[in-house]
Amino acid sequence: MTNGHEQAFNGTDLAPGDEHVGGGSIALRVVGYLTGLGLAILLTATSFFVAGTDLVWEPSIPVALVVLAIAQMGVHLVFFLHMTTGADNTNNVLALAFGVLIVMLVMGGSLWIMANLNHNMMPMDQIMQMQR
Amino acid sequence: MSTIALTDTHHGSAGRDWGGPAPKRIVTGYGFWIFILSDMIMFSAFFATYAVLLGQTAGGPSGHDLFNLRNVAIETAFLLASSFTCGMASIAADFRNKVWFQSAMAVTCAFGLAFLTIEGREFADLVARGAGPTRSAFSSAFFTLVGCHGLHVSAGILWLLTMMAQVFTKGFRPDIQRRILCFALFWHALDIIWIAVFTVVYLLGSAQ
Amino acid sequence: MLGKLTWDAIPFDQPIPMIASGVVALGILAMLGWVVIRGHLPYLWREWITSVDHKRIGVMYTLLAMVMLLRGFADALMMRMQQSIAFHSQGFLPPEHYDQIFSAHGTIMIFFVAMPFMIGLMNFVVPLQLGVRDVAFPTLNSVGFWLTATGALLVNISLVIGEFARNGWLPYPPLSELAYSPGVGVDYYLWSLEISGVGTLVAGINLVTTVLKVRTKGMNYLRMPMFCWTTLATNLLIVAAFPILTATLAMLLLDRYLGFHFFTNEAGGNVMMFVNLIWAWGHPEVYILVLPAFGIFSEVISTFSGKPLFGYRSMVAATMAICILSFMVWLHHFFTMGAGADVNAIFGIATMIIAVPTGVKVFNWLFTMYGGRVQFQTPLLWSLGFMVTFIIGGMTGVLMAVPPVAFVLHNSLFLVAHFHNVIIGGVLFGAFAGYTYWFPKAFGFKLHEGLGRAAFWCWLIGFYVAFMPLYVLGLLGMTRRMQHYDVAQWHPWLIVAASGATLIMCGIAFQIAQLAVSIRQRAQLRDETGDPWDGRSLEWATTSPPPAFNFAFLPEVSGEDAFWQFKKRAAEQSGSEEKPEYRAIEIPRNSPTGFVCAFFATVMGFALIWHIWWMVAVGAIGAFVTFVVFAWRDHDEDTIPADEVARIDRRHRAQRHAILSREAAE
Repeated sequence: MTNGHEQAFNGTDLAPGDEHVGGGSIALRVVGYLTGLGLAILLTATSFFVAGTDLVWEPSIPVALVVLAIAQMGVHLVFFLHMTTGADNTNNVLALAFGVLIVMLVMGGSLWIMANLNHNMMPMDQIMQMQR
Repeated sequence: MSTIALTDTHHGSAGRDWGGPAPKRIVTGYGFWIFILSDMIMFSAFFATYAVLLGQTAGGPSGHDLFNLRNVAIETAFLLASSFTCGMASIAADFRNKVWFQSAMAVTCAFGLAFLTIEGREFADLVARGAGPTRSAFSSAFFTLVGCHGLHVSAGILWLLTMMAQVFTKGFRPDIQRRILCFALFWHALDIIWIAVFTVVYLLGSAQ
Repeated sequence: MLGKLTWDAIPFDQPIPMIASGVVALGILAMLGWVVIRGHLPYLWREWITSVDHKRIGVMYTLLAMVMLLRGFADALMMRMQQSIAFHSQGFLPPEHYDQIFSAHGTIMIFFVAMPFMIGLMNFVVPLQLGVRDVAFPTLNSVGFWLTATGALLVNISLVIGEFARNGWLPYPPLSELAYSPGVGVDYYLWSLEISGVGTLVAGINLVTTVLKVRTKGMNYLRMPMFCWTTLATNLLIVAAFPILTATLAMLLLDRYLGFHFFTNEAGGNVMMFVNLIWAWGHPEVYILVLPAFGIFSEVISTFSGKPLFGYRSMVAATMAICILSFMVWLHHFFTMGAGADVNAIFGIATMIIAVPTGVKVFNWLFTMYGGRVQFQTPLLWSLGFMVTFIIGGMTGVLMAVPPVAFVLHNSLFLVAHFHNVIIGGVLFGAFAGYTYWFPKAFGFKLHEGLGRAAFWCWLIGFYVAFMPLYVLGLLGMTRRMQHYDVAQWHPWLIVAASGATLIMCGIAFQIAQLAVSIRQRAQLRDETGDPWDGRSLEWATTSPPPAFNFAFLPEVSGEDAFWQFKKRAAEQSGSEEKPEYRAIEIPRNSPTGFVCAFFATVMGFALIWHIWWMVAVGAIGAFVTFVVFAWRDHDEDTIPADEVARIDRRHRAQRHAILSREAAE
């Protein structure tokens, strides 16, 4: 048994949100955020444009918007939250993946189930009418 | 004495045993990250409800009739800009620069308040037009989803002001640095949720 | 001034709640009086109420659970008695009371017995098993406990001020909406669960972070005790599922308080969305309840068989598989409510699949015992009882996973028998096994073995006598929650069930006696070595009870069953005495934050229930101020000086010698 003071550490993990410092200067880090801001502005503007335009085939608009939204979230995760695929971020990314899985299950499952139920069941106001 | 982001570039992780309890910054940051994920799951329940109740306007107005995309664009710009300035505040905190930190946080606060003002005005306007949350299931779901995000932003602003006060009175102590890290995670996560909100609620909603 | 609160809220005309609350109030006053007069209040405040030590918090969680078990069981006894006599009769409980009793019974048992019991055991044991000093966020831990206690308090207040919900343990709309439940009952339920839900979420975040980031040197993932793996899975589920509960109950609250239309009959509300969301939480919840029990059984069975756990890696895989799969089956709770055949089929198949990893676990436990030197002490008895009972309950669950069967048996007593079968056989037996197993570690003396066995047999036989008839009744067509009935065929079975409940009551009586007698005889039952069961994991490497800092030196681990390895090595190297160099140890400082926060939460909750808006503001501001005051403190750690550590640790070294001499004697 060794002296257990926290001299031991896990040398390869980063806290979520921390950048890999390694001598990065202020300018480098600001540029990172600026890049993220620029990309996000681009993607957001595109989203708003796509939503209101006639130039895009209409049935594809929802898909395009979702893809753009996912891209924007990715920009935030990479440039603002500094999530990378490096070994020092594995735990953080795994946690995120778990969260995303649950979100998909809850949203997808709920939409599927409720669509099914709504298809099979009479609307509530009609049922209430029958009660009276 | 501890550096802010503790990494060790000289050791690989493969084949090495666990080195012992992680440093406090990592523990705190990770715990807060887990909280953020749980918050995202809570939002997904509200999103799912919104999606299910989308068409239930009970004869009242739908999103298409109600949404003002110009306002949404301005809100989005403010929130995105505030994310950027929050990032600047994080950098300032890492380099222990009080002036830059307080300035960046103040600007973040201003942008956040601008966002909330526009949103508050939108809500008030909807209520005045008889499209308040009690009008139909759709409006209930809309107000709750967007309102929940707004409540989180308000709580974030309270937290922001607390952090400014803490740095002002106590400087960049390690525990205050950890709280700043958590705040930044929170604030960026709120912008991520807003992306989902303006896409699903406003953009998709007004396309109908 | 006081919202909806008037003197009418107190049910002066109903003897049962009046007598019950009178007795409880007297008991509380007597206890408080004794504490104050004997001068124990400063000790209680300093060592328990403001403690942020995971061991103290774990004990308090468990104590809360055991006290609430008595209240929940009293409800159960009343229900059984009512149903045994209510043939062509109104019984002694009018419908509006019977409905509150079965609602309170379920709510209390799940949220304030099963969950706190498991969270308490996880809190106490996991940091010790991981070889560290405390959980990741000690003060947050305290907040979580006290918020849970707030929820329990609010539910109990509803007995005497106002009423409780009458819609069962899950408040399905439209019955739970304001139009059909205008009283305060549903509000008591909702606010109590929203507040304690925050506490549970906090515990979840704490334990996930602890298992993933706060382990001693060398404690790789695949060297952790099985209980830590199940803790990880459980708390991942808590973190993922409880937000859904929070959101869903919040929507119901918005409907009731602000006239929203999520689940109302009019203006487009969709009641089935509530059912869908609440079970998206509800199914992971039952795995949150049972996974820690599985972990406890892994520990107990391997220790009392004197063998390492069989198939450790497959156990880990099975546990994580259950964790993920539990989010894919929730529709099986409402097969009959309108989904089509394809949706029902998919969820039915998924439900059957999730039984497979549990089966893997059962086989691994059996193979662990096979070839071992099995000692049939009380914790192992509970484990054996669990294996038989849980298998039966699990099989009836898989039976109902077949949608056509569910159409026959949904909401019948067959369902009630099934879930009691798995919850009592799984969760409660696990809780009792863990309680008996880790009691000596927490308090320094074992529980009386004979009374423990008596309690076990009463519980086991009582359970079967009480619940097997319910399977029969379900097949005979009896629906759940019936206040009276007139089918003669059901009557004898219900009488048998009531007698089973009486047997369980004897089991509980034995458990109370066991505690009292063990405390009285603690000198004889003393645990001298810190390792009363010849354990395999690191919690047994400490004294009983452990010092505040758990380990003077964090152990360095090199394999599974870390403590077992240490004992083997120490036996081989006996004689070499390193003189350790003690260092000062920093431990988290106690804080009243949790207690004060919960106080304001109670004020807020009560005020929200009774619409006393100024009091709500007071509570909210108070809670925020508490948080800010906590954030402003300058010292968050106390230092235990090196010589104090040395003094405390000497007792530990004496115990190690005792263990070694015991090993040598064998």
